[in-house]
Amino acid sequence: MVEIEIDGKTLQVADGSTIIEAAHQLGVYIPHFCYHKKLSIAANCRMCLVQVEKAPKPMPACATPVTNGMKVFTHSELAVKAQKAVMEFLLINHPLDCPICDQGGECQLQDLAVGYGESASKYEEEKRVVPDKNLGPLVSTDMTRCINCTRCIRFTAEIAGFMELGQAFRGEHAEVMPFIGKTVDTELSGNLIDLCPVGALTSKPFRFSARTWELSRRKSVSPHDGLGSNLIVQTKHDRVIRVLPLENEDINECWLTDKERFSYQGLNSAERLTRPMVKQGGAWKEVDWNVALDYASHALRDVAKTHGGGAIGGLLSPHSTLEELYLAQKLLRGLGSENIDCRLRQSDFSADGKRKGTPWLGMKIADVSRLDRVLLVGSFLRKDQPLLAQRLRQSAKRGAQISVLHSADDDLLIKLTARAIASPSQLPAVLAQIVKAVCALKGVTADPALAGLTVSAEAQAIAQSLASGGTSGILLGNFAQQHAQAATLHSLGRQLASALGGGFGFLGEAANSVGGYVAKAVPTGAGLNAAAMIQSPRQAYVVLGAEPELDCADGAKALESLSKAAAVVVLTPFKSQTMLDYAAVLLPVSPFSETSGTFVNTEGRVQSFYAAAKPLGETRPAWKVLRVLGNLLGVTGFDFNSSEEVRTEALGGQPEFVSGLDNAIDSGALNLTASATGFERVADVPIHFADPLVRRAPALQQARDSAAPAARMNASMLAKLGLVEGGSVRVGGAAAVTLAAQLDTALPDGVVRVAAAHSATVALGAMAGVVSVEKA
Amino acid sequence: MALIDTINPLLTTGWSKGDAGWSLKDYEARGGYAQLKRILASKMPQDDLIAEVKKSSLRGRGGAGFPTGLKWSFMPKAAPEKYVVCNTDEGEPGTFKDRDLLRFDPHSTIEGMIIAGYAVGAKRGYNYIHGEIFDIYQRFEEALDQARAAGYLGDNILGSGFSFDLFAHHGWGAYICGEETGLLESIEGKKGQPRYKPPFPANFGLYGKPTTINNTETFAAIPFILGMGGEAYLNLGKPNNGGTKLFSVSGHVNRPGNYEVPMGTPFAKLLEMAGGMRGGRKLKAVIPGGSSAPVLPADIIMDCTMDYDSIAKAGSMLGSGAVIVMDETVCMVKALERLAYFYFEESCGQCTPCREGSGWLYRVVHRIEHGEGRADDLDLLNRVTDNMMGKTICALADAAAFPVRSFIKHFQSEFEYHIEHKKCLVDPAVQRAGSGFFKAGAA
Amino acid sequence: MNNQYDMLSPEALAKIDREVAKYPADQKQSAVMAALVIAQDEKGWLSQETIAAVAAYLGMAPVAAYEVASFYNMYDLQPVGKYKLTVCTNLPCALSGGVHAADYVKEKLGIDFNETTADGKFTLKEGECMGACGDAPVMLVNNKRMCSFMLPEQIDKLLAECK
Ligand SMILES: Cc1cc2nc3c(=O)[nH]c(=O)nc-3n(C[C@H](O)[C@H](O)[C@H](O)COP(=O)(O)O)c2cc1C
Ligand code: SF4
Ligand code: FES
Repeated sequence: MVEIEIDGKTLQVADGSTIIEAAHQLGVYIPHFCYHKKLSIAANCRMCLVQVEKAPKPMPACATPVTNGMKVFTHSELAVKAQKAVMEFLLINHPLDCPICDQGGECQLQDLAVGYGESASKYEEEKRVVPDKNLGPLVSTDMTRCINCTRCIRFTAEIAGFMELGQAFRGEHAEVMPFIGKTVDTELSGNLIDLCPVGALTSKPFRFSARTWELSRRKSVSPHDGLGSNLIVQTKHDRVIRVLPLENEDINECWLTDKERFSYQGLNSAERLTRPMVKQGGAWKEVDWNVALDYASHALRDVAKTHGGGAIGGLLSPHSTLEELYLAQKLLRGLGSENIDCRLRQSDFSADGKRKGTPWLGMKIADVSRLDRVLLVGSFLRKDQPLLAQRLRQSAKRGAQISVLHSADDDLLIKLTARAIASPSQLPAVLAQIVKAVCALKGVTADPALAGLTVSAEAQAIAQSLASGGTSGILLGNFAQQHAQAATLHSLGRQLASALGGGFGFLGEAANSVGGYVAKAVPTGAGLNAAAMIQSPRQAYVVLGAEPELDCADGAKALESLSKAAAVVVLTPFKSQTMLDYAAVLLPVSPFSETSGTFVNTEGRVQSFYAAAKPLGETRPAWKVLRVLGNLLGVTGFDFNSSEEVRTEALGGQPEFVSGLDNAIDSGALNLTASATGFERVADVPIHFADPLVRRAPALQQARDSAAPAARMNASMLAKLGLVEGGSVRVGGAAAVTLAAQLDTALPDGVVRVAAAHSATVALGAMAGVVSVEKA
Repeated sequence: MALIDTINPLLTTGWSKGDAGWSLKDYEARGGYAQLKRILASKMPQDDLIAEVKKSSLRGRGGAGFPTGLKWSFMPKAAPEKYVVCNTDEGEPGTFKDRDLLRFDPHSTIEGMIIAGYAVGAKRGYNYIHGEIFDIYQRFEEALDQARAAGYLGDNILGSGFSFDLFAHHGWGAYICGEETGLLESIEGKKGQPRYKPPFPANFGLYGKPTTINNTETFAAIPFILGMGGEAYLNLGKPNNGGTKLFSVSGHVNRPGNYEVPMGTPFAKLLEMAGGMRGGRKLKAVIPGGSSAPVLPADIIMDCTMDYDSIAKAGSMLGSGAVIVMDETVCMVKALERLAYFYFEESCGQCTPCREGSGWLYRVVHRIEHGEGRADDLDLLNRVTDNMMGKTICALADAAAFPVRSFIKHFQSEFEYHIEHKKCLVDPAVQRAGSGFFKAGAA
Repeated sequence: MNNQYDMLSPEALAKIDREVAKYPADQKQSAVMAALVIAQDEKGWLSQETIAAVAAYLGMAPVAAYEVASFYNMYDLQPVGKYKLTVCTNLPCALSGGVHAADYVKEKLGIDFNETTADGKFTLKEGECMGACGDAPVMLVNNKRMCSFMLPEQIDKLLAECK
């Protein structure tokens, strides 16, 4: 610690701090543009100049380290004169078009110009004009306003992991731009809008739709991946028209993924269901709520009466709120059904009944940043949990060793220490090799089932890294959880972590993947899990917030079973043609923005939020709809007056973190046999197709990440099939689909990668397993 | 050939044979590499070596004049990976000495760099060579090959256990890469945008490793200093201004070229060595240390001696030792316009005051030169320079400001005449004749 | 994707490899300036594709290579004539005829700075200090050949030499 004085106030600050950090600690504001606490120091804008005792020149507060006894003056004549000088320079080439600028009202330059600018500049030369750039569907440019602070460039290089923007040319001709003809394609691109201190980079979907002071704002929580990023949802006339990050250092820091930022467009989609609908004699009719609820309750009661409660299945989206999931399972159980599940993309449920508690991240999100050794097993991390990828990217820079075991060597833009890429059926065996090697290195007795294994060089390298010290963490991604031998991977991962004395956890797929367990939205006893409900068709289904053909592990089979059912009751914010085909009644329920509720994130943190907007049309919050259904069906314990009451019952109180989190499992004998012959499918869930809301966000659908699915193979597989890139290939699962062949050097032999969650590939059926592949 | 005359030749001893005397055998014949051999054979302690350099009072020849021995002593002892970097970016208008050093005697720089590597514990060095002098870069590469073949470079030099290798990095047209941290960025394969200091290169230099960076002439002086002893070298010059220095004399003299003279030599003597004023015209002004140094009118410079302290006292800088001589045919507004344009073109663009201010300065001077000056333009120029100076990452903004301020200060009436009469005080025909491009009488 | 840099000849790639070898193994990017020069020598100028190829070969972001290509003066981001003449007009040179030399060339070739003659033979550029002010006027031919003391007679000779 050193002691310094700022504007006459003394304080203690950590060694190596900069003046601006020290001032922040003291609550003293120093004007700045290029400085950003999460980015490297550029010290180029020169706005933060302050006076330091004994220094002949003003010093940049963002870059000047404190020294013991230093005296800083942020408002002295020298400091203010320097700040005003810089402000004048910043403004001479700035268009000063605040009235038509989208940043107006929230522009750092505008704000500071009021405080530090002279009323009129002496600059009478012609102003610079800089051509705009096309950065893609999300970020709009007005480069003449750019003040060259380079925050955006540093963001792409440092946080997003790949330098997609640069500053070309020099001096006054310097221009921020992507490489000629390129757009900015990172899944984190929207943060550029927040980072840009002026109106050079603004939101393409939002621009010109409102002035900031016309907006109402409400805190909320992201309904997408398992992190539960904190949001500020902004509305105008009860329409969500912008979403911004709410800073939370423990979760999303100050960032948001593009999915979280722009999915709000889906809230205003033309596919919103705004009135209840029932199918009568094969024709759909919009009806009043009481008619629809009556219809739904009758249908369910009839099935329960005739076939028993077990004839009803509940397919619940893990993106639903805790309250919705809780009431849905309570309703189904009240009807006598144990067939309840929110783990729609899971295919191996053999861990059910063997788990000690709710599977979770196994640590705090912030602790992931503190790991020194990490093994990611089966994870498309950069697209599935982009902000966790961002954390590990920073960890790798400070020296953490990150390794990967997966069926695709996608570029995570993280410096990896070791990697093993194998077909899905081989993953358990390779993980077992890693366990064996680590046990050997650590002098721990290994599971006897591993005795016969030969450790490959890749497995050995990963083991060596993991065993080389520091805090370690084994993290199972979405792909591992969706894997046909997910339980085996779970057991092996645990064994590995215990041999290392490190952490072990699951990367939550959806906003409420953990909350689903807490809400008991999983089967018990003889109840059927999501896959079983689909494999053995039910007479009736309750579908909450999901589009099973896209959200289940086997979409084709799900569609088939739903179509055969006597009654499908769907609680949904959206309607689709498929839904109209299989459903009997559609109940319009609120998306996250129009209801209060709770998500329990992957670290078990309970995050509740309120509605940011009034429900659209006749939409009602799902918890209320379920409450009425419960009442209509005569199920007891359904008299809740608020969502908070539901939450209290579901959680047994109001904890900050849920209890019962435990990744322990009674592992039986390990099954390491790989049975696949022929092409195995590797199915990723593309980032902008992962849930019904994001699938309907038009700007995101134009992003590079939303490209139509292809049949991706490595070069030797393409050659084997006599295919060239772009050629047609027929991939057969449940049924065959014809896709374009695409070279993907990141894939191992023997696999074809075909994205799931997309209408073009539903017919293929199961996400995991063997498919036929041939030249079309 | 550029060198015409010397007093006490050291650095230029090898130049007498012109392009025929640069190779290794010539250098060795002049006693080259003897100092390296002596140091390695005697296993001279690093601290003793640095102490000797300190004693010489050698000050960096790149422009800032920082004491070289002191700079070397800043290098952390323990660091496993360190670098020595030579600055031959020589882009300061008026400066052309490093080019001739590498052209006529590249091995003295190489030997100096190896010795520096030994002194600071570096195993690798780079010489950054100005983009426009490709033939010099090629010659330096050849000289490196010779040195490597002779065992002066590489692993276990001359069986001493000391290893050092050296490579040339070629620039490609950016003045700012002469600034030491811009240069390091450039070697790293980036734009040459200077870094904010601290940390200084001695702690965080090339690839983030401790790095000593010196000008070519600084390195080239090292073998001579060690040969004659620090004390003797110092005594060639004057206290705090040790040794000899190369001066690149350009402009309106009869014999432009490089002159090696002891520090403290009177300017008048230097001018005389350079053959005096071209066409016998009258001296008007001199920029004594490269274009970034404030201009001095004839009467002031004629009273100066050529050393850091004397020139500083006169209100300018010895800088890189580039002496730009201007006679009475020069329009000071036009001269300034060209310099202002240079800094405007060469600003790297990262600091707001420099990026925005350098263009502003140029445009206003341009306006004045083109008869569109306004009454308050000189105040404006002074205010803008004031707002630029001392507020940026590197000294280029200051370098852009100094000429403007000094030209206005010393030649205010000429600027005022321009603004008022919308034309030049110096007859255009006279200006045209001054350059000597056209034969007398030609159109 | 098999070979993003196959637009550069094996000879050029070999030259680039020699430059790469000058730097520590994990610092390939250090060779980008030299690599761009080699590519420019081979292709005449640096197109978007050429820059991308160099970036791919050195494993760096294309925009980072573009930053370099656009920062340093002597890279040509547009096609130039067979002979690119760069005349130094900075003050020390100007005092000894630099600007007049440029004017002389302009008149002889009928082009201004940054223009190329109709036959595609000459491009004229204004240069900054080349570190050869003692030899003024100085002129650079195709970035690599420095010509000193370029008075009218020498300029005539040079232009005649350029076939
Ligand atoms: C804009 C600018 C340009 C510079 N150009 C050069 C140069 O061309 N050659 C040089 O040796 N030093 C140049 N310098 C000075 C270097 O930054 C540095 O001080 C010098 O290389 C140190 O070597 P020395 O101590 O041996 O002089 C320049 C500095 C600035 C600010
Ligand atoms: S002062 Fe100018 S040249 Fe120096 S770093 Fe700043 S912008 Fe670049
Ligand atoms: S905030 Fe310090 S220079 Fe920009």
